[in-house]
Amino acid sequence: MENLELQKTANEIRKGIVTAVHAAKAGHPGGSLSAADVYTYLYFEEMNIDPKDPKKADRDRFVLSKGHTAPGLYSTLANRGYFPVEDLKTLRQIGSHLQGHPCLQHTPGIDMSSGSLGQGISTAVGMAMSAKLSNDSYRVYTLLGDGEIQEGQVWEAAMFAGHRKLDNLVVIVDNNGLQIDGRIEDVCSPYPIDKKFEAFNFHVINVADGNDFDQLRAAFKEAKETKGMPTAIVMKTVKGKGVSYMENQAGWHGKAPNDDEYAQAMEELEKAGEALCQK
Amino acid sequence: MSEVKKIATRASYGNALVELGKKHDNLVVLDADLAAATQTGVFKKEFPERHIDCGIAECNMMGIAAGIATTGKVPFVSSFAMFAAGRAFEQVRNSVGYPHLNVKIGATHAGISVGEDGATHQCNEDIALMRTIPGMTIINPSDDVEAKAAVEAAYEMEGPVYLRFGRLAVPVINDKPDYKFEIGKGVLLKEGTDVTIVATGLCVGGALEAAEKLAADGINAEVINIHTIKPLDEDIILNSAKKTGKVVVAEEHSIIGGLGSAVCDCLSAKLPTPVCKIGVNDVFGESGPAVKLLEKYGLDAQGIYEKVKGFAGK
Repeated sequence: MENLELQKTANEIRKGIVTAVHAAKAGHPGGSLSAADVYTYLYFEEMNIDPKDPKKADRDRFVLSKGHTAPGLYSTLANRGYFPVEDLKTLRQIGSHLQGHPCLQHTPGIDMSSGSLGQGISTAVGMAMSAKLSNDSYRVYTLLGDGEIQEGQVWEAAMFAGHRKLDNLVVIVDNNGLQIDGRIEDVCSPYPIDKKFEAFNFHVINVADGNDFDQLRAAFKEAKETKGMPTAIVMKTVKGKGVSYMENQAGWHGKAPNDDEYAQAMEELEKAGEALCQK
Repeated sequence: MSEVKKIATRASYGNALVELGKKHDNLVVLDADLAAATQTGVFKKEFPERHIDCGIAECNMMGIAAGIATTGKVPFVSSFAMFAAGRAFEQVRNSVGYPHLNVKIGATHAGISVGEDGATHQCNEDIALMRTIPGMTIINPSDDVEAKAAVEAAYEMEGPVYLRFGRLAVPVINDKPDYKFEIGKGVLLKEGTDVTIVATGLCVGGALEAAEKLAADGINAEVINIHTIKPLDEDIILNSAKKTGKVVVAEEHSIIGGLGSAVCDCLSAKLPTPVCKIGVNDVFGESGPAVKLLEKYGLDAQGIYEKVKGFAGK
């Protein structure tokens, strides 16, 4: 897919995120929006998947370790055709298949339940290990928050993946710089993130702008070409990307827009979409 | 009299894994630097490519097992009960239990019969913890025969299973040719009319011995072996309680949240009956030889005998 098409798709995914969280009156827009472009790249360009056969055995796997940004993943899956986009408005409602955090048993396209931070990466490592055991060719991707990597389990998983040379594993860190209580370097700094993964025997790729498809394309190509060690992609992103008043605001980590804010967000995204169509 | 054959159920676990591994290519075993103690070392020797040592990182190990299970293989995760159910509780709940994955947890060194290592390693809380996880099957075998059968049955069923094994060698009691193991089915070992002793794990042997002593005192005790704590065989307990009117539960576990609590939950709802719980009385254990500890904490045959006699004595 051309970059312009990816940008248009990401813009639609952003609309879905804002719509879902607004309808739910709860949820996590900030980290969903910062990761909207990487979600788009993975599901529309990178991964071997089939929305008509979500459980096909040789599919690439994705584990959303930062499970609270489920609205971003749900909007991506819906736009990719796993289920109707209309379903997004049922987010977090009783009886909906769209739980507050991803649920393996409820939602088509979800490869693992997640949401308790630090646990998703271990399960992704398990999938990658399993592929190695039986010489399967599928690849495994997992997305972590930069606050999430404060969890010790992340580093247990990283140590194992490095030790086992799991080159079918790509760990992506969404480095938007903010967590609930503020800036990550003020709360409990995980920096330098790249050096940490290097120390755990990862091939590390720093992406200066994780909201840029050229840079994402180059990073995932390099990851695929990396043999003998797992890859960590540490990508700088903008939390709340695409909605002006949410950008770089920790307060929009886990808050839903009210009706006026929702109207403004959708107007901005509509305009952004129109601008892309002019290109 | 010839010496009774004694085997620790942790050894049965390792041996059963080897036999199952020969039959099933999709069985993998995970350990956290304790293969020598959990006795999965025999599996590692036979199938090194299917034995994954995760290092001393039980939480990660539980997640790895969950990930492996999503791909169709059947992981047996091994560690001490303290770390499998205790340290990794939330991983068991969220990464294994909530997605209802086909992970089998082989938890060895349960209870105070860990012995000399002392309280930090004596897990008397694991059954309580595991019971609270929806969809978790919990099996606490009483001897070598039952432990091997339990491992095989756990493999055959779909869904998460917590298997509880001990460090101490215990007598083989299920060596009758007609012995049959079925998950969720209690076993009536001795019929009686005066009191029901419901026992699990290592306490089953002690309960049988206690019943003999009670008979000499004119107390006719019924003995039921509950190897599957969840789902609980309520029928066998209700039928027996109806007959005897008094129930004693014996387990090497805290009196809070274990089989005793499960039996009380059942009886209080369906057939209110006086219950006496024998277990670890809301205290931490201590270092000492396992047999001496079981004696001190009243979990051996003599302890069970005395407690039942006081409760049911005429």
